[in-house]
Amino acid sequence: MKLSAALTLLVLICCGIIASCTSDAELEFKRYYLAGERLYKSHCQNCHGAKGEGLGTLVPPLTDAAFLQKNKHRLACIVNLGLTDELLRVSGKTYVSKMPANNLPPVDIAGILTYVNNSFGNKTGVVTSDDVAKDLEDCK
Amino acid sequence: MRKLTTLAGLIILFAACRNSEQATLPIYGNRDTKTVTKDGKEVVDTIYQTIPDFKFVNQYGDSITQKSLNGDIYVADFFFTTCPSICPIMHRNMLKVYNEYKNVPNFKIISHSIDPKHDSVAVLKKYADGLGISGNSWWLLQGKKDDIYNLSASYLVRRPEESAKELFIHDGLFILIDKQKRIRGSYDGTDEKEVARLIADIKTLRAETNTEIAQ
Ligand code: HEC
Repeated sequence: MKLSAALTLLVLICCGIIASCTSDAELEFKRYYLAGERLYKSHCQNCHGAKGEGLGTLVPPLTDAAFLQKNKHRLACIVNLGLTDELLRVSGKTYVSKMPANNLPPVDIAGILTYVNNSFGNKTGVVTSDDVAKDLEDCK
Repeated sequence: MRKLTTLAGLIILFAACRNSEQATLPIYGNRDTKTVTKDGKEVVDTIYQTIPDFKFVNQYGDSITQKSLNGDIYVADFFFTTCPSICPIMHRNMLKVYNEYKNVPNFKIISHSIDPKHDSVAVLKKYADGLGISGNSWWLLQGKKDDIYNLSASYLVRRPEESAKELFIHDGLFILIDKQKRIRGSYDGTDEKEVARLIADIKTLRAETNTEIAQ
Protein backbone atom coordinates (compact mmCIF):
# COMPACT_ATOMS: atom_id res chain seq x y z
CA MET A 1 0.00 0.00 0.00
CA LYS A 2 2.73 2.37 1.04
CA LEU A 3 4.76 1.45 -2.03
CA SER A 4 1.92 2.14 -4.45
CA ALA A 5 1.25 5.49 -2.80
CA ALA A 6 4.91 6.39 -3.20
CA LEU A 7 4.82 5.28 -6.84
CA THR A 8 1.75 7.39 -7.54
CA LEU A 9 3.48 10.39 -6.04
CA LEU A 10 6.56 9.75 -8.16
CA VAL A 11 4.49 9.50 -11.33
CA LEU A 12 2.69 12.71 -10.45
CA ILE A 13 5.96 14.54 -9.89
CA CYS A 14 7.33 13.27 -13.19
CA CYS A 15 4.19 14.37 -14.99
CA GLY A 16 4.52 17.79 -13.41
CA ILE A 17 8.11 18.12 -14.56
CA ILE A 18 7.29 17.02 -18.13
CA ALA A 19 4.27 19.31 -18.33
CA SER A 20 6.25 22.35 -17.23
CA CYS A 21 8.94 21.43 -19.75
CA THR A 22 6.43 21.65 -22.58
CA SER A 23 7.36 25.09 -23.73
CA ASP A 24 5.22 27.58 -25.57
CA ALA A 25 6.99 26.61 -28.79
CA GLU A 26 6.00 22.99 -28.38
CA LEU A 27 2.42 23.94 -27.66
CA GLU A 28 2.37 26.09 -30.77
CA PHE A 29 3.76 23.19 -32.81
CA LYS A 30 1.13 20.84 -31.42
CA ARG A 31 -1.68 23.26 -32.16
CA TYR A 32 -0.67 23.66 -35.79
CA TYR A 33 0.16 19.97 -36.22
CA LEU A 34 -3.15 18.64 -34.86
CA ALA A 35 -5.26 21.12 -36.84
CA GLY A 36 -3.15 20.28 -39.89
CA GLU A 37 -3.66 16.56 -39.49
CA ARG A 38 -7.42 17.04 -39.65
CA LEU A 39 -7.20 19.40 -42.65
CA TYR A 40 -4.79 17.10 -44.49
CA LYS A 41 -7.33 14.26 -44.21
CA SER A 42 -10.14 16.36 -45.66
CA HIS A 43 -8.19 18.33 -48.30
CA CYS A 44 -5.13 16.37 -49.39
CA GLN A 45 -5.28 12.72 -48.39
CA ASN A 46 -7.51 11.57 -51.26
CA CYS A 47 -4.76 12.43 -53.74
CA HIS A 48 -1.52 12.25 -51.74
CA GLY A 49 -2.50 9.27 -49.57
CA ALA A 50 -2.65 8.57 -45.83
CA LYS A 51 1.11 8.04 -45.69
CA GLY A 52 1.94 10.76 -48.21
CA GLU A 53 2.71 8.02 -50.71
CA GLY A 54 1.06 9.70 -53.72
CA LEU A 55 -0.41 7.63 -56.55
CA GLY A 56 1.87 6.16 -59.18
CA THR A 57 3.04 8.95 -61.48
CA LEU A 58 -0.38 10.60 -61.29
CA VAL A 59 0.19 12.32 -57.94
CA PRO A 60 3.63 12.94 -56.38
CA PRO A 61 4.49 11.63 -52.91
CA LEU A 62 5.09 14.08 -50.09
CA THR A 63 7.89 12.01 -48.62
CA ASP A 64 10.83 13.75 -50.30
CA ALA A 65 12.29 15.69 -47.39
CA ALA A 66 14.99 17.26 -49.59
CA PHE A 67 12.35 18.57 -52.02
CA LEU A 68 10.24 19.98 -49.19
CA GLN A 69 13.27 21.65 -47.62
CA LYS A 70 14.46 23.12 -50.92
CA ASN A 71 11.01 24.44 -51.84
CA LYS A 72 10.12 25.46 -48.29
CA HIS A 73 8.94 28.94 -49.26
CA ARG A 74 6.99 27.78 -52.33
CA LEU A 75 4.80 25.25 -50.48
CA ALA A 76 2.22 27.81 -49.28
CA CYS A 77 1.73 28.98 -52.86
CA ILE A 78 1.40 25.41 -54.14
CA VAL A 79 -1.32 24.66 -51.59
CA ASN A 80 -3.07 27.98 -52.20
CA LEU A 81 -2.94 28.15 -56.00
CA GLY A 82 -2.54 24.53 -56.96
CA LEU A 83 0.02 23.30 -59.45
CA THR A 84 -0.39 22.81 -63.16
CA ASP A 85 3.01 23.66 -64.61
CA GLU A 86 5.65 21.04 -64.16
CA LEU A 87 8.11 21.49 -61.35
CA LEU A 88 11.76 20.69 -61.83
CA ARG A 89 12.31 17.86 -59.43
CA VAL A 90 15.57 16.29 -58.40
CA SER A 91 14.09 12.95 -59.45
CA GLY A 92 13.33 14.35 -62.93
CA LYS A 93 9.83 12.87 -62.65
CA THR A 94 6.72 14.56 -63.99
CA TYR A 95 3.18 13.83 -62.84
CA VAL A 96 0.09 13.36 -64.98
CA SER A 97 -2.61 14.95 -62.78
CA LYS A 98 -3.02 18.56 -61.79
CA MET A 99 -3.27 19.86 -58.27
CA PRO A 100 -6.34 22.06 -57.63
CA ALA A 101 -6.23 25.39 -55.76
CA ASN A 102 -7.35 25.54 -52.13
CA ASN A 103 -9.14 28.56 -50.81
CA LEU A 104 -7.86 28.34 -47.23
CA PRO A 105 -6.81 31.02 -44.72
CA PRO A 106 -3.07 31.23 -43.84
CA VAL A 107 -3.63 29.65 -40.42
CA ASP A 108 -5.04 26.51 -42.07
CA ILE A 109 -2.28 26.35 -44.68
CA ALA A 110 0.23 26.70 -41.84
CA GLY A 111 -1.38 23.75 -40.05
CA ILE A 112 -1.32 21.58 -43.16
CA LEU A 113 2.31 22.42 -43.90
CA THR A 114 3.32 21.80 -40.30
CA TYR A 115 1.67 18.41 -40.55
CA VAL A 116 3.23 17.51 -43.93
CA ASN A 117 6.66 18.79 -42.91
CA ASN A 118 6.64 16.63 -39.80
CA SER A 119 4.97 13.44 -41.03
CA PHE A 120 5.80 10.71 -43.55
CA GLY A 121 9.42 10.75 -42.36
CA ASN A 122 9.83 14.53 -42.76
CA LYS A 123 10.98 16.68 -39.87
CA THR A 124 11.43 20.38 -40.56
CA GLY A 125 9.54 21.98 -37.66
CA VAL A 126 6.65 24.37 -37.36
CA VAL A 127 5.25 26.62 -40.10
CA THR A 128 3.29 29.55 -38.65
CA SER A 129 0.50 31.73 -40.08
CA ASP A 130 3.02 34.57 -40.34
CA ASP A 131 5.41 32.41 -42.38
CA VAL A 132 2.57 31.48 -44.73
CA ALA A 133 1.33 35.07 -45.09
CA LYS A 134 4.85 36.16 -46.00
CA ASP A 135 5.39 33.34 -48.51
CA LEU A 136 2.01 33.99 -50.14
CA GLU A 137 3.08 37.52 -51.03
CA ASP A 138 5.72 36.11 -53.35
CA CYS A 139 3.53 33.66 -55.24
CA LYS A 140 4.24 33.61 -58.94
CA MET B 1 -29.76 -28.61 -19.48
CA ARG B 2 -32.24 -26.54 -21.53
CA LYS B 3 -29.76 -23.71 -21.58
CA LEU B 4 -27.11 -26.03 -22.86
CA THR B 5 -29.30 -27.29 -25.69
CA THR B 6 -30.17 -23.74 -26.72
CA LEU B 7 -26.51 -22.84 -26.72
CA ALA B 8 -25.61 -25.85 -28.84
CA GLY B 9 -28.44 -25.00 -31.21
CA LEU B 10 -27.21 -21.45 -31.55
CA ILE B 11 -23.67 -22.58 -32.25
CA ILE B 12 -24.87 -24.97 -34.97
CA LEU B 13 -27.05 -22.26 -36.51
CA PHE B 14 -24.17 -19.82 -36.47
CA ALA B 15 -21.83 -22.34 -38.05
CA ALA B 16 -24.39 -23.10 -40.74
CA CYS B 17 -24.81 -19.40 -41.51
CA ARG B 18 -21.12 -18.86 -41.81
CA ASN B 19 -20.79 -21.86 -44.05
CA SER B 20 -23.39 -20.78 -46.56
CA GLU B 21 -21.94 -17.27 -46.53
CA GLN B 22 -18.58 -18.58 -47.58
CA ALA B 23 -19.93 -20.89 -50.24
CA THR B 24 -21.90 -18.49 -52.44
CA LEU B 25 -22.43 -14.80 -52.96
CA PRO B 26 -25.94 -13.38 -53.39
CA ILE B 27 -27.28 -12.42 -56.81
CA TYR B 28 -28.47 -8.82 -57.02
CA GLY B 29 -30.87 -7.00 -59.32
CA ASN B 30 -34.34 -7.65 -60.65
CA ARG B 31 -35.40 -11.19 -61.30
CA ASP B 32 -38.10 -12.85 -63.33
CA THR B 33 -39.35 -16.38 -63.66
CA LYS B 34 -39.90 -18.50 -66.72
CA THR B 35 -41.58 -21.89 -66.96
CA VAL B 36 -39.58 -24.32 -69.02
CA THR B 37 -39.95 -28.00 -69.78
CA LYS B 38 -37.07 -30.09 -68.52
CA ASP B 39 -37.11 -33.89 -68.99
CA GLY B 40 -40.84 -33.75 -69.71
CA LYS B 41 -41.54 -31.88 -66.49
CA GLU B 42 -42.57 -28.26 -66.10
CA VAL B 43 -40.07 -26.36 -63.94
CA VAL B 44 -39.78 -22.71 -63.01
CA ASP B 45 -36.48 -21.08 -63.89
CA THR B 46 -35.28 -17.81 -62.42
CA ILE B 47 -34.08 -15.18 -64.88
CA TYR B 48 -31.60 -12.82 -63.27
CA GLN B 49 -30.75 -9.29 -64.27
CA THR B 50 -27.63 -9.25 -66.43
CA ILE B 51 -25.38 -6.56 -67.88
CA PRO B 52 -26.55 -5.78 -71.44
CA ASP B 53 -24.23 -5.58 -74.43
CA PHE B 54 -22.12 -2.48 -75.06
CA LYS B 55 -19.46 -1.21 -77.41
CA PHE B 56 -16.58 0.92 -76.13
CA VAL B 57 -12.84 1.34 -76.74
CA ASN B 58 -10.08 0.73 -74.19
CA GLN B 59 -6.85 2.63 -73.48
CA TYR B 60 -5.12 0.81 -76.33
CA GLY B 61 -7.81 1.86 -78.84
CA ASP B 62 -9.16 -1.70 -79.06
CA SER B 63 -12.88 -2.13 -79.47
CA ILE B 64 -14.40 -3.77 -76.37
CA THR B 65 -17.84 -5.37 -76.22
CA GLN B 66 -19.67 -7.68 -73.84
CA LYS B 67 -18.09 -10.55 -75.82
CA SER B 68 -14.58 -9.42 -74.87
CA LEU B 69 -15.52 -10.37 -71.29
CA ASN B 70 -17.04 -13.77 -72.07
CA GLY B 71 -15.86 -16.30 -69.49
CA ASP B 72 -14.52 -13.58 -67.21
CA ILE B 73 -15.35 -12.50 -63.70
CA TYR B 74 -14.95 -8.73 -63.61
CA VAL B 75 -15.12 -5.63 -61.43
CA ALA B 76 -16.62 -2.45 -62.91
CA ASP B 77 -16.50 1.17 -61.81
CA PHE B 78 -17.17 4.68 -63.13
CA PHE B 79 -14.62 7.53 -62.94
CA PHE B 80 -12.96 10.35 -64.87
CA THR B 81 -9.26 11.15 -65.13
CA THR B 82 -9.46 14.75 -63.89
CA CYS B 83 -11.65 13.88 -60.90
CA PRO B 84 -10.28 15.84 -57.93
CA SER B 85 -12.24 14.07 -55.21
CA ILE B 86 -12.91 10.36 -54.81
CA CYS B 87 -11.33 8.82 -57.93
CA PRO B 88 -7.74 8.85 -56.64
CA ILE B 89 -8.94 6.99 -53.53
CA MET B 90 -10.96 4.54 -55.63
CA HIS B 91 -8.06 3.75 -57.91
CA ARG B 92 -5.50 3.56 -55.11
CA ASN B 93 -7.82 0.85 -53.72
CA MET B 94 -8.49 -0.72 -57.13
CA LEU B 95 -4.72 -1.15 -57.53
CA LYS B 96 -4.90 -3.56 -54.58
CA VAL B 97 -7.50 -5.64 -56.44
CA TYR B 98 -5.39 -5.41 -59.62
CA ASN B 99 -2.19 -6.48 -57.88
CA GLU B 100 -3.97 -9.41 -56.25
CA TYR B 101 -5.51 -10.82 -59.43
CA LYS B 102 -3.66 -9.34 -62.44
CA ASN B 103 -1.98 -12.64 -63.24
CA VAL B 104 -4.96 -14.96 -62.89
CA PRO B 105 -6.87 -15.97 -66.03
CA ASN B 106 -10.48 -14.92 -66.63
CA PHE B 107 -10.40 -11.90 -64.37
CA LYS B 108 -10.70 -8.26 -65.44
CA ILE B 109 -11.31 -4.77 -64.16
CA ILE B 110 -13.16 -2.25 -66.33
CA SER B 111 -13.31 1.45 -65.45
CA HIS B 112 -15.77 3.50 -67.49
CA SER B 113 -14.93 7.17 -68.04
CA ILE B 114 -17.98 9.37 -67.46
CA ASP B 115 -16.17 12.28 -69.16
CA PRO B 116 -15.56 10.80 -72.64
CA LYS B 117 -15.18 14.27 -74.17
CA HIS B 118 -11.96 14.89 -72.24
CA ASP B 119 -10.89 11.29 -71.65
CA SER B 120 -9.77 10.28 -75.12
CA VAL B 121 -7.92 7.02 -75.75
CA ALA B 122 -4.61 8.92 -75.50
CA VAL B 123 -5.62 10.50 -72.15
CA LEU B 124 -6.73 7.12 -70.80
CA LYS B 125 -3.42 5.54 -71.86
CA LYS B 126 -1.48 8.27 -70.10
CA TYR B 127 -3.62 7.76 -66.99
CA ALA B 128 -3.07 3.98 -67.13
CA ASP B 129 0.68 4.55 -67.36
CA GLY B 130 0.43 6.94 -64.42
CA LEU B 131 -1.34 4.29 -62.37
CA GLY B 132 1.40 1.87 -63.36
CA ILE B 133 -0.92 -0.66 -64.97
CA SER B 134 -0.16 -2.60 -68.14
CA GLY B 135 -1.41 -5.63 -70.03
CA ASN B 136 -5.06 -6.51 -70.40
CA SER B 137 -6.36 -7.16 -66.90
CA TRP B 138 -7.52 -3.55 -66.30
CA TRP B 139 -9.24 -1.71 -69.11
CA LEU B 140 -10.15 1.98 -69.04
CA LEU B 141 -13.14 2.41 -71.33
CA GLN B 142 -14.34 5.31 -73.41
CA GLY B 143 -17.56 5.48 -75.40
CA LYS B 144 -20.61 7.57 -76.21
CA LYS B 145 -21.63 9.50 -73.12
CA ASP B 146 -25.28 8.42 -73.30
CA ASP B 147 -24.27 4.77 -73.70
CA ILE B 148 -22.05 4.95 -70.61
CA TYR B 149 -24.63 6.81 -68.53
CA ASN B 150 -27.43 4.44 -69.54
CA LEU B 151 -25.26 1.41 -68.84
CA SER B 152 -24.56 2.69 -65.31
CA ALA B 153 -28.20 1.85 -64.42
CA SER B 154 -27.59 -1.82 -65.24
CA TYR B 155 -24.79 -1.86 -62.67
CA LEU B 156 -27.19 -0.40 -60.07
CA VAL B 157 -24.99 2.65 -59.53
CA ARG B 158 -26.21 6.20 -59.34
CA ARG B 159 -26.55 7.82 -62.76
CA PRO B 160 -23.68 10.33 -63.09
CA GLU B 161 -24.62 14.00 -63.15
CA GLU B 162 -22.71 17.03 -64.34
CA SER B 163 -22.29 19.90 -61.93
CA ALA B 164 -20.45 23.16 -62.23
CA LYS B 165 -18.29 22.70 -59.18
CA GLU B 166 -17.31 19.05 -58.95
CA LEU B 167 -17.55 18.59 -62.72
CA PHE B 168 -19.28 15.24 -62.35
CA ILE B 169 -21.13 13.69 -59.45
CA HIS B 170 -21.01 9.93 -59.26
CA ASP B 171 -20.69 7.27 -56.62
CA GLY B 172 -17.52 5.31 -55.96
CA LEU B 173 -18.97 1.82 -56.11
CA PHE B 174 -17.06 -1.23 -57.33
CA ILE B 175 -19.45 -3.81 -58.85
CA LEU B 176 -18.59 -7.51 -59.02
CA ILE B 177 -19.94 -9.37 -62.08
CA ASP B 178 -19.89 -13.14 -62.56
CA LYS B 179 -19.35 -15.20 -65.72
CA GLN B 180 -23.10 -15.14 -66.39
CA LYS B 181 -22.96 -11.30 -66.34
CA ARG B 182 -24.95 -11.15 -63.10
CA ILE B 183 -24.27 -8.71 -60.26
CA ARG B 184 -22.76 -10.54 -57.29
CA GLY B 185 -21.53 -7.70 -55.10
CA SER B 186 -21.37 -3.95 -54.63
CA TYR B 187 -18.60 -2.28 -52.61
CA ASP B 188 -17.68 1.26 -51.59
CA GLY B 189 -14.44 1.77 -53.53
CA THR B 190 -13.34 4.54 -51.17
CA ASP B 191 -13.41 2.26 -48.11
CA GLU B 192 -10.39 0.00 -47.54
CA LYS B 193 -12.44 -2.52 -45.54
CA GLU B 194 -15.03 -2.83 -48.30
CA VAL B 195 -12.26 -3.34 -50.83
CA ALA B 196 -10.75 -6.09 -48.67
CA ARG B 197 -14.20 -7.72 -48.69
CA LEU B 198 -14.27 -7.45 -52.50
CA ILE B 199 -10.86 -9.14 -52.76
CA ALA B 200 -12.15 -12.00 -50.59
CA ASP B 201 -15.42 -12.24 -52.55
CA ILE B 202 -13.58 -12.52 -55.87
CA LYS B 203 -11.84 -15.57 -54.45
CA THR B 204 -15.19 -17.06 -53.43
CA LEU B 205 -16.67 -16.34 -56.84
CA ARG B 206 -13.71 -17.87 -58.64
CA ALA B 207 -14.18 -21.03 -56.59
CA GLU B 208 -17.86 -21.26 -57.51
CA THR B 209 -18.12 -24.13 -59.96
CA ASN B 210 -21.79 -24.82 -60.56
CA THR B 211 -23.51 -22.29 -62.77
CA GLU B 212 -26.92 -23.03 -61.28
CA ILE B 213 -27.16 -21.47 -57.85
CA ALA B 214 -30.07 -22.21 -55.60
CA GLN B 215 -31.56 -19.07 -54.12
C1 HEC C 1 -6.80 16.41 -56.84
C2 HEC C 1 -5.62 15.84 -56.27
C3 HEC C 1 -4.77 16.66 -55.31
C4 HEC C 1 -5.16 17.24 -54.11
C5 HEC C 1 -6.55 17.23 -53.48
C6 HEC C 1 -3.97 17.82 -53.55
N1 HEC C 1 -2.90 17.64 -54.39
FE1 HEC C 1 -0.99 18.27 -54.08
N2 HEC C 1 -0.48 17.66 -55.92
C7 HEC C 1 -1.29 16.98 -56.81
C8 HEC C 1 -0.59 16.81 -58.07
C9 HEC C 1 -1.13 16.08 -59.28
C10 HEC C 1 0.67 17.43 -57.94
C11 HEC C 1 1.77 17.57 -59.01
C12 HEC C 1 1.32 18.62 -60.01
C13 HEC C 1 2.27 18.83 -61.13
O1 HEC C 1 3.44 18.43 -61.02
O2 HEC C 1 1.87 19.46 -62.11
C14 HEC C 1 0.70 17.93 -56.56
C15 HEC C 1 1.82 18.59 -56.01
C16 HEC C 1 1.93 18.93 -54.68
C17 HEC C 1 3.13 19.42 -54.04
C18 HEC C 1 4.47 19.63 -54.68
C19 HEC C 1 5.29 18.39 -54.49
C20 HEC C 1 5.77 17.81 -55.77
O3 HEC C 1 6.67 16.97 -55.74
O4 HEC C 1 5.24 18.21 -56.82
C21 HEC C 1 2.83 19.65 -52.73
C22 HEC C 1 3.76 20.15 -51.63
C23 HEC C 1 1.44 19.30 -52.55
N3 HEC C 1 0.92 18.86 -53.74
C24 HEC C 1 0.77 19.40 -51.36
C25 HEC C 1 -0.62 19.25 -51.24
C26 HEC C 1 -1.35 19.59 -50.05
C27 HEC C 1 -0.72 20.08 -48.75
C28 HEC C 1 -2.67 19.36 -50.32
C29 HEC C 1 -3.87 19.62 -49.41
C30 HEC C 1 -4.11 21.00 -49.11
C31 HEC C 1 -2.75 18.86 -51.69
N4 HEC C 1 -1.48 18.82 -52.20
C32 HEC C 1 -3.93 18.48 -52.32
C33 HEC C 1 -2.57 16.55 -56.56
C34 HEC C 1 -3.35 16.94 -55.47
